[in-house]
Amino acid sequence: MALLQISEPGQTPDPHQRRVAVGIDLGTTHSLVAAVRHGVAECLPDAQGRVILPSAVRYLADGGRQIGDEALAAVAQDPENTIVSVKRFMGRGVQDVVGREKLPYRFAEHAGMLGLQTVAGEKSPVEVSAEILATLRYRAEDSFNDDLYGAVITVPAYFDDAQRQATKDAAQLAGLNVLRLINEPTAAAIAYGLDNASEGTYAVYDLGGGTFDISILQLSRGVFEVVATGGDSALGGDDYDAALAAWALHQAGLDSVTPADKARVKIAARACKEALSSAESAPFRATLSSGVAIDLPVTRERFEEITAGLTARTLSAVRKALRDARLGTDEVQGVVMVGGSTRMPVIRRAVGEFFGREPLVNLDPDEVVALGAAIQANQLAGNNAAGDLLLLDVIPLSLGIETMGGLVERIVPRNQTIPVAMAQDFTTYQDGQTALALHVVQGERDLVADCRSLARFELRGIPPMAAGAARIRVTFTVDADGLLNVSAREQISGVQAQIDVKPSYGLADEQIARMLQDSFSTAEDDMRARALVEARVEADRMLLATRSALQADGDLLTAQERTPVDDLMAAVDASRTSDDAKAIEAATEALAKGTEAFAALRMNRGIQKALSGKNIETV
Amino acid sequence: MTSLQSNDFELFGLSPQFAQERTQIDARWKDLQRQAHPDRFAAQGAAAQRIAMQWSVRINEAHQRLKDPLRRAAYLCELNGAAVNAENNTAMPSEFLMQQMAWREALEDAAGSAELDALADEVAEMRRALLQQCAQLLDEQHDYAAAVTQVRSLMFIERFARDIDARYEQLEQAERRQ
Repeated sequence: MALLQISEPGQTPDPHQRRVAVGIDLGTTHSLVAAVRHGVAECLPDAQGRVILPSAVRYLADGGRQIGDEALAAVAQDPENTIVSVKRFMGRGVQDVVGREKLPYRFAEHAGMLGLQTVAGEKSPVEVSAEILATLRYRAEDSFNDDLYGAVITVPAYFDDAQRQATKDAAQLAGLNVLRLINEPTAAAIAYGLDNASEGTYAVYDLGGGTFDISILQLSRGVFEVVATGGDSALGGDDYDAALAAWALHQAGLDSVTPADKARVKIAARACKEALSSAESAPFRATLSSGVAIDLPVTRERFEEITAGLTARTLSAVRKALRDARLGTDEVQGVVMVGGSTRMPVIRRAVGEFFGREPLVNLDPDEVVALGAAIQANQLAGNNAAGDLLLLDVIPLSLGIETMGGLVERIVPRNQTIPVAMAQDFTTYQDGQTALALHVVQGERDLVADCRSLARFELRGIPPMAAGAARIRVTFTVDADGLLNVSAREQISGVQAQIDVKPSYGLADEQIARMLQDSFSTAEDDMRARALVEARVEADRMLLATRSALQADGDLLTAQERTPVDDLMAAVDASRTSDDAKAIEAATEALAKGTEAFAALRMNRGIQKALSGKNIETV
Repeated sequence: MTSLQSNDFELFGLSPQFAQERTQIDARWKDLQRQAHPDRFAAQGAAAQRIAMQWSVRINEAHQRLKDPLRRAAYLCELNGAAVNAENNTAMPSEFLMQQMAWREALEDAAGSAELDALADEVAEMRRALLQQCAQLLDEQHDYAAAVTQVRSLMFIERFARDIDARYEQLEQAERRQ
């Protein structure tokens, strides 16, 4: 048997043993992928040298797709089939989309999440996002000439459970192993914090294409702690374009135009806005399909007037986040600017005036989120064992349960550090009541109707008791990705019910499998060869991990417990030589399952040792 | 040895008393999370993730309780056999209730942020005084039964402080509409 080498703890393994892990900023208007190479985070370019991939997917009648710049170029001539800003639809129903009547798409109504009718059939926002993610995955695999171990994907801090779950599903569909979902502003702080080794309280003002986030972060000794978040998931640079476009159309006396013209005018608005970031005035020029031309001079001052309401909305969210954190503007040591829209001078000035200090802009506001995600991905993949970075994130929106009269009983208040578990006791309303319907909601409002419905489930089999006698403990557990699990247990009888809060749109696993087949058909032989290599690598990894675990903590097992583990290891070893990926996977899976209890014992020992060691050291 | 069953003070390696340094609590919290957070075990299996999550949840729970003086006081009472029973026991000294009613009226009448500021200051002052009494009852006299009464008063005050915050928000929104 070959001897496997194990590097000293804390030492970096050889480059070829490093796991390739990337950070992906899946943005509303554009997306990027970054990775740590030679100790430095950098965005990965495509074959043409472009790092920014426009978040645009065009579906063609022949089943083909165009993604990125190619799709964006077609948006004016084929707006219906060219999906841009799909992020706004993630985990959302048709009624949730603000301003949908102004959009060129044909929406399909579904419980939970909307669909988009295209010339190639109906597409879910998850599928559209998966196209973008897969494009970035291929780009990364080409850059490294290697398979990806995993990815950290960023989401707006304000994303609720349904939106986070949809993002994770899209990643799965694109064949990515999600190491962690992290908040975009937090990723930006990681990029800045490591470069500058800053300590103190920071605000991250993130105005992207379609979302606005404000986060208050505390940085100290390698720990990033989010103390408050706020924002608006339907406010971004696109709205500045739209406001300018609406103004221009109004000036030109054109109040109703075709979708194609609308798209043209928006492109012109965007160009004008971008020009105004470096010039005091710029022309607004667009030619409609009818031949009518719009040509208006726009000054920076006029532009700022037109969009003043939008800028004020961002500042009011900033005020609210500061209040949540119980901080004054003078206690903030620095303001990090993220998102291409923060290039607008009006934003930099408004934020500077609000905080009484110049905002930080030394990293590229388009790249900073992907760079931070890459640093975190590198750490989570275990490439940076000496790394001291730890992320302590919070839940962005309160979670609760519907009670009598359509009121919300909050169980986990927003801004709690995750992971977190919190419980609340409820009781029955009627004599002899044997079931309880639980409705899980997310949001800050007191009425259920004003919050987002996440899931419904029932606790059945409660023994009949007088009203108010049952004690039903409902526990909300939010994991480190911010995803929710709810369990309910009647304390007297012990009756239990549990649900992983898969959002109501419920992409079933079979559905995902179908989408995988539809969208990313790889030659079957390739897939089989790849599956075999992956299965062997995983088997080796599992064997190695188990051997070193037994060497370190074998004393935790009795001889009786040890024998089945040895047998399972022998079985994996034997299966490795076969060409049957499924058989190798099954043996590996059996070993993983058979050593779970042992792994639990080891973890507990390890953590107890670490914690107790700390206590002696510092007390 | 520390275990998941240790109480918050044991887990954080702090002596079980009311007087605590917030900076020390936060520093210990981060030290502990550095050992136990699931991200530390991201490259390991599902079982490791689950255990790490249990520890991490437990550490966050203890941190929430220890860092908040009111919850810390209530927890100390509970640890020493004096239940707070906030839901079932609302009997309060009449003097305190009168004070509460006067505050409620002042809050409803407050028309501007100056009046709200004055009320907020008064409430904060009362809170400080009660916390000081709590410290004495808990750390010096070890009279946990008496401390429970102060804890309940502080819970009333906390709720009222939240109502003041809500009123600030209302005023701000009204101003913006004008």
